[in-house]
Amino acid sequence: MKSLGSIRRDFAPWNDPSAKPYIQFDSVTKKFGDFTAVNNLSLTIFEREFFALLGASGCGKSTLLRMLAGFEEPTSGRILLDGQDLRGIPPYRRPVNMMFQSYALFPHMTVENNIAFGLKQEGMPKSDIEKRVAEMLKLVKLEQFAKRKPHQLSGGQRQRVALARSVAKRPKVLLLDEPLGALDKKLREETQFELMDLQQELGLTFVVVTHDQEEAMTMADRIAIMDKGEVMQVATPAEVYEAPASRFVAHFVGNVNMFEGKVAERAANTTRITGATGAQIVVENSTESKAGSDIVFAIRPEKIKVSSKKPTDAVNALEGEVYDVAYLGDMTVYHIRLDDGQIIRASALNAARVTEDPLTWNDRAWVSFRPDAGVVLAR
Amino acid sequence: MSNIAVTDAAALPTVAKPFLTRLGTGFFNRLVIIVPYLWLLFFFLIPFVIVFKISLSQTAIAMPPYTPVLDFRDGVSGFFSGFRDLNFDNYVWLTQDALYFKAYITSVVIAAISTVLTLIVGYPIAYGMARAPATIRPTLLMLVILPFWTSFLIRVYAWIGILKPEGLLNQLLLSLHLINQPLVILNTYTAIFIGIVYSYLPFMVLPLYSSLEKMDYSLIEAAKDLGCPPTSAFWKITFPLSLPGVIAGCLLVFIPAVGEFVIPDLLGGSQTLMIGKTLWNEFFANRDWPVSSAVAVILLLLLTVPIMLFQQAQAKAQEQGK
Repeated sequence: MKSLGSIRRDFAPWNDPSAKPYIQFDSVTKKFGDFTAVNNLSLTIFEREFFALLGASGCGKSTLLRMLAGFEEPTSGRILLDGQDLRGIPPYRRPVNMMFQSYALFPHMTVENNIAFGLKQEGMPKSDIEKRVAEMLKLVKLEQFAKRKPHQLSGGQRQRVALARSVAKRPKVLLLDEPLGALDKKLREETQFELMDLQQELGLTFVVVTHDQEEAMTMADRIAIMDKGEVMQVATPAEVYEAPASRFVAHFVGNVNMFEGKVAERAANTTRITGATGAQIVVENSTESKAGSDIVFAIRPEKIKVSSKKPTDAVNALEGEVYDVAYLGDMTVYHIRLDDGQIIRASALNAARVTEDPLTWNDRAWVSFRPDAGVVLAR
Repeated sequence: MSNIAVTDAAALPTVAKPFLTRLGTGFFNRLVIIVPYLWLLFFFLIPFVIVFKISLSQTAIAMPPYTPVLDFRDGVSGFFSGFRDLNFDNYVWLTQDALYFKAYITSVVIAAISTVLTLIVGYPIAYGMARAPATIRPTLLMLVILPFWTSFLIRVYAWIGILKPEGLLNQLLLSLHLINQPLVILNTYTAIFIGIVYSYLPFMVLPLYSSLEKMDYSLIEAAKDLGCPPTSAFWKITFPLSLPGVIAGCLLVFIPAVGEFVIPDLLGGSQTLMIGKTLWNEFFANRDWPVSSAVAVILLLLLTVPIMLFQQAQAKAQEQGK
């Protein structure tokens, strides 16, 4: 596993201008009657990438996947796979396979026949099929279930059969439509890591559709955040979280606090922002923030420190009152109502078992953060 | 003593209440189960025993036209002597006259061919309905059932008007110059097939529709995704999964078609040999009730086998669908 890990660590073809894109959506639009599901979307996915399409339901992510599989044709624009235009190629001739959200296992076939189905269509010799099916069963650890019918399996086992069936043909690209949606939380977490290992082991390109941000963050090399048929940002999980491109992305992924205000003063490296009620904060410079312009400072809860006394060394410190406390075990989430009325969400890791100076409801409290702890977003 | 009586009275409601409730629900549960059994007893089993009894007796010029059996008029001894008169002569007679054997065979063959034809016509209709937009499906379903609102007899009579030599079909074909002289369809087996396919089509379409409609379309997409062209996907996925509907539809058409009387009589003419017609002739023309009863008993046995096969298939399908 160590070697696989190191491959993953150095894997960043999107930063390499000479890297050849593997899948290309080129100004793709898809309309269903009056409804525009995908709007003039361009996107590039690289070979061996684990790519996630993340968005709320109805944002067009599944339509995008179905266009890649060939179940829908774009109204306009092109989709290229390994340089080949996919227009007009029916799903049964595309070198991609899909794992369906409902698994779509054939109920009248045994597990092994389900897995062998695609191989038989290829006209693979019988002995090779048997070998490949055995290999796939081993891969998903279902050897003893080969002769069962899908209705005799648990949800997790069915998910594995669906996975084995979709990778059995060694497709160029594996499309996964909410692959873990039907599993319970614990199993989902385990399976996330299994999927990642599988992708590394087989060296396939994975495109996964999900509405679960945690799932996308865990598994994907890069995430495309979608809204209303458009891509809002394409970036690595860390970039999406730490440097969201817009307020929508900042809100969609994780929790965030937003300070709205005007640029009061620009220094060499820092910008002073005056909030609506006069509170002032100092943040690191963003590229285009002229004095007087409207601005939003977005900061994640875990980057805000909560204390009962005013921190002496902090550049930004705002006073308020503890409004709510939620103890989650690994961390505690505070909702602090600042004196100007804004509620700030801050989370503190419970590194020690006993906190010396615990804050509780209605205590006076200070929130503080560094100038580089958040990002400045255009309004 | 008084002490004990008081405790008894106090204890009674708590003990008696659940007991009475249990008795009540038990009684109603049993009643619900008993009703269909009573129905079957009075309207199937007893009539069948009577028919079977008649089939074992002999014709007589009397009212009703057969020798009385299981009769208590001569007391208990007469009842048992009546038993001695019972025999299987009528069944032996059925095997001796080739007419009956031929009639059974022809009926089964005609019913089988009609069933296959109905399946061929009904499957595309059911498939089209199941794939139609969900908003118009109820309308299509209504259209399939609509013919039932008209009398069956009138609809079969209408086919005479269409199929006869100077009928609508021949007029149309002649006016289009597709044929030079009228086709003879009426009073042939072709007319019987047309009649059966037309009359029993809803019984084929409805079970097929219900099994095709509940099928998950993503299965077809999955098959295509795995490299299966649409036609092949139909035979490998859609058709096998619709088999319970196919079996149900085929039996719903085959079973009544075997004993069909009206269609062969009106459309097939006098020379057609089907068991329903033979039965009618024995009963009303020959007034040989015992023989016709024997014909009916054999027909029933002939149909019980497919029904049992059907039930087995259904049980299997249910197990598979779980």
